[in-house]
Amino acid sequence: MWQAALCTHYASALGSTVLGGRDVGALRLYAAVAAGGFRRYATYRVATAAGVFTNTVFGVILVHTYLALWDARPHLGGYDQAQAVTYVWVGQALLATLAIGGGGVERDLMERIRTGDVAVDLYRPADLQAWWLAADLGRALFQMVGRGLVPLLFGALFFPVALPADPVTWAAFAGTVLSAMVVSFALRYLVALSVFWLLDGMGVAQVAHLVGYFCSGMLLPLNVFPGLLGEVVRLLPWSALLQNPADVLLGHADPLDTYVFQGAWAAALLALGRLLQRAATRRVVVQGG
Amino acid sequence: MDRDSGPDGAFIDVDRVEKVFDVRRKTGFLRRERRRVRAVDGISFRVARGEMVGCIGPNGAGKSTTIKMLTGILTPSAGRLRVAGIDPARERGRLAQRIGVVFGQRTTLWWDLPLIDSYRLMHRMYRIPDARYRANLDRCVDLLDLSGLLDVPVRQLSLGQRMRGDIAAALLHDPDVLYLDEPTIGLDVISKARVREFLRTLNADRGTTVLLTTHDLQDIEQLCSRVVVIDHGRLMYDGSLAGLHEAGGSERVLVVDLERELPPIDVPPARVVRVEGPRQWLAFPADRSAAPLVARIAERCPLVDLSVREPDIEAVIARMYAQGVADRTERALS
Ligand SMILES: Nc1ncnc2c1ncn2[C@@H]1O[C@H](COP(=O)(O)OP(=O)(O)OP(=O)(O)O)[C@@H](O)[C@H]1O
Ligand SMILES: [Mg+2]
Repeated sequence: MWQAALCTHYASALGSTVLGGRDVGALRLYAAVAAGGFRRYATYRVATAAGVFTNTVFGVILVHTYLALWDARPHLGGYDQAQAVTYVWVGQALLATLAIGGGGVERDLMERIRTGDVAVDLYRPADLQAWWLAADLGRALFQMVGRGLVPLLFGALFFPVALPADPVTWAAFAGTVLSAMVVSFALRYLVALSVFWLLDGMGVAQVAHLVGYFCSGMLLPLNVFPGLLGEVVRLLPWSALLQNPADVLLGHADPLDTYVFQGAWAAALLALGRLLQRAATRRVVVQGG
Repeated sequence: MDRDSGPDGAFIDVDRVEKVFDVRRKTGFLRRERRRVRAVDGISFRVARGEMVGCIGPNGAGKSTTIKMLTGILTPSAGRLRVAGIDPARERGRLAQRIGVVFGQRTTLWWDLPLIDSYRLMHRMYRIPDARYRANLDRCVDLLDLSGLLDVPVRQLSLGQRMRGDIAAALLHDPDVLYLDEPTIGLDVISKARVREFLRTLNADRGTTVLLTTHDLQDIEQLCSRVVVIDHGRLMYDGSLAGLHEAGGSERVLVVDLERELPPIDVPPARVVRVEGPRQWLAFPADRSAAPLVARIAERCPLVDLSVREPDIEAVIARMYAQGVADRTERALS
């Protein structure tokens, strides 16, 4: 029960950070921005096709690696073989969606900060963070449909997977994916803002991608990690990206607990982003850009 | 007088405004030098509602910095600014509804999407009532000739098309003031003419106050009854374009063709600035008549032909900039 209460609390906290407590007009603006983000990525047809292909091939390779591993160590991390295979395909479906290896809208934002174009964004009556969050959610939705669905279907057709039949579990999964999108954006927004101070964000972005790859469970599920390392890694925000949705889908985690965990990270990271954004705009506004 | 204007009717009021940048530069390993750049050094001017003012000045003069302060994205280091009664830096959000901004070198349009998508975003962002949005969009599309471009992704637009697209984007919410920072930069003759025609109509029909910066004096000649010259962060001149000639010590040139080569003619206040065979160039103050001068020359020399060249505004401005440099050098030396 306390979880449900906490959950609504976080949801409203999230809502008010994101929208700055604004009304329906703001919602319509950010819906339009999200739609723009979706359409924008939909224009890259070749890139999408190439991405689908890569994710599928990578999935096949990873599945074989995992199968060999799980042959040697059955029930590693509490997964059986079919669950491990499912985990791989969920990962391939979410890799681009959550921009774990980079490639979200933060690239555009970094470029705008670097060139000073961001100054133009500042005189507009829209919130910078909400704007980019909306654009990234639009992008993520497209990537999920355009790039994620095919590898997942492919995996389900040609490999022994453990997908739930229960629509409630799927709905819960969809909820964790949506939260994962927000956490993922919040992390990348921090990376993008670093350009205000570093002028060149490529180094930070690369480190962030590597950490993201490892800590989200993209290489190996986080419940495989032993001892203290596992404990710590499972508490970090990146575990909200892949590990959480996968565990909910596989019936390994309670959806409500998961929402609370993801919501807490989303709220904390978005709040940190706002703080940094304020410092950054003050810097631009006082210093010039 | 309306309530947004200042006590003396100034819609834009810039009062002894300064902007100092702290620039930190690496001068060696772990060594940094701090330098202060006075981008704007005590500028004051006022613009009444419905006026169209052009701002010129050499590179680095502080024009863009001034515009940025007027939009609220830069805070002045000193002085006082008011636009429509609003302190821009303090109430950026409120001011945003009243101003339109076009930075010729940057774009507000969404790069990868069709032009119309950016306009739909403006519609939502500025909460423009549907009917007004439609009317304004139709008008801009018509006057800026955008009808064939609405479905084209912005990245595929030519510079001139993009600029027109940006100008339309800045006007959909009916701003009272439009700032344009180099709106004709990089445009060809036809695109320039179209942009100017549009701005003239906008100012005449809607009474939109326009403040633009440019390096193209034709923009000023064709659009602005008033010109402001800024150099090194200071206001060098504020007045009519014609007045610039006087302020700049403008000269006309009399070109005379004589029968044969002769030594330079001595007819003060004119002075010979160039001799080429039988042809001589004589400069004299622009406010003097050429007739007595011609009569005196004809008295003394065998005159074959003559012509008078009007002062060139470019030359006036160039002299003004050069004068600014000389003054500063003098100040620095003394
Ligand atoms: N963000 C900044 N940080 C440090 N110095 C700056 C900054 N922005 C402008 N300056 C300096 O302030 C001065 C005025 O610049 P500004 O861009 O206002 O000139 P401008 O009149 O617009 O020139 P141009 O005609 O080249 O566009 C220049 O010396 C410039 O180097
Ligand atoms: Mg400039």
